[in-house]
Order: sequence, then structure tokens, then C-alpha cells
Amino acid sequence: MSDTTLTATHHDATHAHGHGHHHADGHDPNLQHHFTEMAQQFDAAKIGMWLFLATEILLFGGLFVGFGMQQAKFPEAFKAAHHHLDWQLGALNTVVLLVSSFTMVIAVWASMTGRRKTLITNLILTLACAGTFLVVKYFEYSHKIHDGLLPGKFYSYAHGQPNEYIFFSFYFMMTGLHGIHVVLGMVAIGWILVRALKGDFGPGYYTPVDLVGLYWHLVDLIWIYLFPLLYLIS
Amino acid sequence: MSSHAHSHENDWKIYLGVLLALLTLTVITVGASRIDFGSLNVIIAVVIATVKASLVALFFMHLRHDKAINSLIFLSSLMFLSFLLILCLIDVGSRIEPKPANWKGPDKGLMSPRDLDKPATPAGTAPGMAPAPATEAPKPAAPAH
Repeated sequence: MSDTTLTATHHDATHAHGHGHHHADGHDPNLQHHFTEMAQQFDAAKIGMWLFLATEILLFGGLFVGFGMQQAKFPEAFKAAHHHLDWQLGALNTVVLLVSSFTMVIAVWASMTGRRKTLITNLILTLACAGTFLVVKYFEYSHKIHDGLLPGKFYSYAHGQPNEYIFFSFYFMMTGLHGIHVVLGMVAIGWILVRALKGDFGPGYYTPVDLVGLYWHLVDLIWIYLFPLLYLIS
Repeated sequence: MSSHAHSHENDWKIYLGVLLALLTLTVITVGASRIDFGSLNVIIAVVIATVKASLVALFFMHLRHDKAINSLIFLSSLMFLSFLLILCLIDVGSRIEPKPANWKGPDKGLMSPRDLDKPATPAGTAPGMAPAPATEAPKPAAPAH
């Protein structure tokens, strides 16, 4: 293991001139003092990220369970309400997010294999996909706001079934919380992009890219469930 | 980490294949929702979504080659979520919905605010309801918003 650590350090040192310092004792400049080696630091960071993702699943899970309960209670109202959603826009956003997940995993792969240009290009592509997703969402939201299809007491749509407003409460809470995650993901990817431009990442150290990637895939994962449940069947 | 870097050179091909599989499954899930399978539609959609989610978790999130502890954390969160979901659905499915004895709305489902705005029938005629003073005028069963 010490062999690989030294190789990684050497690789990192030759690529990251921006740091301007190479520890002669073989310690990676990215290694924090409370870890004995880079691999341990990497594994610990990953466990921490997965614990965070577990809390995210439970956060969204509560909304999914609430949606399931109300859907079981008012099947007709939910069926009628979901026809107000444009499944084609939902499908477009699904494709956009899936492609962004692909560009993100390519970015992680590029940082791991030392392809700096590929890393930067794919981070920009991921940001572009996230932006596209939000633009589509903006058009969907403004259409619903115009029709008065709003959550709870703000619901002012005159036609339709009595309990349709419950569906829109869940629609806005679930897609809204997901949208906030997309925005936060863009901030995180932007931060990674700035660091990648500075040359911070290479085969010896790419933990932040990997962790932001995990977060971004979770955002995609939640949309994978949101799309069919909200747009396709109800 | 970097000790395996040489074996990851062609991983992009795997990722591209996974992306194509995910896009294909998206087309399938849209297609399946166009056909009416009754209550099976939800199950089909959730199963396809779970296949997609598994692909994302195993390949894009690297759980396939990752330390088992990360998969354990992920699966335990899903397990507790399934407890919540199953217990709540059992609750909803086995509930007896109490209705006012003067209930005139549709039998199925909970009352909506619209139904509650109907004037109540004179108390006393409805069994199981506390008899109201006869002098009191009928009032809505719920405060108007």
C-alpha cells in the first residue's frame, strides 16, 4: 500500500505544480493530519457521504410515503390531477438528468485517470444539463401558477375534482425540494469546476469530485422515481 | 484508488452502455404507462424505476466495486423507508373512515371541504350523533375558510 501511495504522490506532484510544494517525506499535501494515508481518508469521506445520502433518502422518502397514502385515498382525484402535468416535459427532464449523471460519472472517471480536460468539459456539460432541467421546470411551474394549480390554500383552479389540490401540494413540495437539490448540486459542481481549473485533482486526489458525483447521482435517482409517479401514473 | 487506475481506462464504455440502458428503460416506462393495466401500472412503474435506480447506484455511484459498508448504509436507509411505507399503507388500507351521521357526500373517500359546506340535517334524526338543542339553527359542520 505504501508503494501505491508513493506513486500517487509522485503523480500528483508532477501534475499539480500550482501547489508549488512537494513534501519530501512522501506525504500527500491533500492528506489531513488525522488520517494515516490517502486511501483511509478517501474511504472515510465516502462513508460520510453515504451516511448523508441515507438521510436524504429518508427526507424524500417521507414525502413519497405521504404521496402514496393520499394517492391510495383519492385515486380518482390524483388521476384527474396528473393530467395537468405535461409528461413530455417530464420525459425531457428525465433524459436531461440521465445524461447529466453520465457526464458526471465521466468527470469522476476523468479525474481518477488524470484526464484534466475531459474532467473540466464534463463538469461544464453537467452544469449545462442542470441548467436545462431548471429552465424546463420554470416553464412547467409558470404554467401551473397561471392556471392556479397551486398547493394547499393557494389552489384556485375552478374546475376539476374536489381533492385535486392535494396532488398539487405533493407535486410542488416534491419537485420543489428536488429542484432545491438541483440548485445546490450546481453550486457544488461549480466549486469542483473552479478547483479542477486550478489543477487540484488528479489520480492521487479526486475525493471531492467523487463525493459531488455521488450527490448528483442521488438527485438523478430521486427524479427516476418522481417522473413516473407524478407524470405518468396516478 | 489510484492503485487500480490502469484497470479503469475503458470504464467510459461501461458508463455509456449504462446510459443507453437507462434511456431505453425511460422509453419503456413511458410506453407501459400508455397501456391500462389497472392497478398494475403503479407496480410496473416502480419496478422499472427500481431497475434504473439499481443501475445508477451500482455503476454511476460505483457500489459495484465499492466497500460493502457503503452499500450497507444505502440499503439500510431503503429498508427503513420500506418499513415506513408498508406500515403506513397497511394503516390507510385498514382504516374505517368515521363520517358524521348526517353524511350526504359520496361513500368513498374522505370528505372534501366542498361536502362539508352542505348544511347539516337537523340533529336528532341522525343516530349516533349528540342531539343538539332544538332551538339552535343548523350550522356548517366545519368552519368556513
